[in-house]
Amino acid sequence: MNFIQEPWPWYISGFAIAMIMLLLQLLGKKFGMSSNLKTICTICGAGKQTDFFKFDWKTHRWNLYVVFGAIIGGYIAAHFMSNDNTVLINPNTITHLKTIGFESAGTAYLPTELFGIHSFSDLKTLFLLFVGGLFVGFGARYANGCTSGHAISGLSNLQRPSLIAVIGFFIGGLVMTHLLFPLIF
Amino acid sequence: MRTVIYIVIGIFFGITMYKSEAASWFRIYEMFRFESFHMYGIIGTALFVGTATTFIIKRFNIKSFYGAPIKFVPKDKGFKSYLFGGVIFGLGWALVGACPGPMYTLLGAGFSPIIIVIIAALLGTLLYGLFKENLPH
Repeated sequence: MNFIQEPWPWYISGFAIAMIMLLLQLLGKKFGMSSNLKTICTICGAGKQTDFFKFDWKTHRWNLYVVFGAIIGGYIAAHFMSNDNTVLINPNTITHLKTIGFESAGTAYLPTELFGIHSFSDLKTLFLLFVGGLFVGFGARYANGCTSGHAISGLSNLQRPSLIAVIGFFIGGLVMTHLLFPLIF
Repeated sequence: MRTVIYIVIGIFFGITMYKSEAASWFRIYEMFRFESFHMYGIIGTALFVGTATTFIIKRFNIKSFYGAPIKFVPKDKGFKSYLFGGVIFGLGWALVGACPGPMYTLLGAGFSPIIIVIIAALLGTLLYGLFKENLPH
């Protein structure tokens, strides 16, 4: 059981993701995580503002159960299934991150510079987390799907729109990482 | 009963996201710098297996657990919304290092600042719904 405590290799993880998609398909649903954001907006009454959110959210309730499970899963994995939460990325990446101020690279699961407890009192960090989240939510709906819905489900079903979306994900990610990070950090 | 099944699938998903490190900001950053195969291996394996299972379901008309045919709804045709939306999503994904699944996993793992990302993502979804008609699709 030792391997459970270690970070899982990519082939186990990728296989597990495919099995999750298959299970949802066999239950008559589809694998797409960002839909839950739309469902929550509807529950909060967004249907009063625009037709986009007017649908019977009860038919999408299963989505929220999956989200609830994902929260519990994160708790279990972090607290009972990991001896060491350090993410061992490429030493070159670590060296580079340290030069732009990410001292926690190679010593943590998430950078404490962005997700540490001081984040709530640091205006710049708050702003970055907020803008990033805003883009993720807006972009996922605009593109009609996120990593799970397009990069996994959509591409598995050989959908051309999903390929366009995934190319978009990478254009955005590369621009952020290579062009904007040097300006931000 | 069905509720329990979805929660269990969610737990399995959350554990997978955390243990695969796909929920780690560092892995996303490393991926966009092309300095590791890890994330490409995860997505590639999921795609390889997923394409095979999708093909098998279609080819042999495999029914769901409830006996209904499994439908694959093709994505709407289009270009601009997928590209523009995708680019905006990618900018955010690389900045906060979390997409709409792992953000919940990170909340459960105890990284409380992720709640700001989740709230902002909900607002972003709302903004899209409000301005949908004014955007190129």
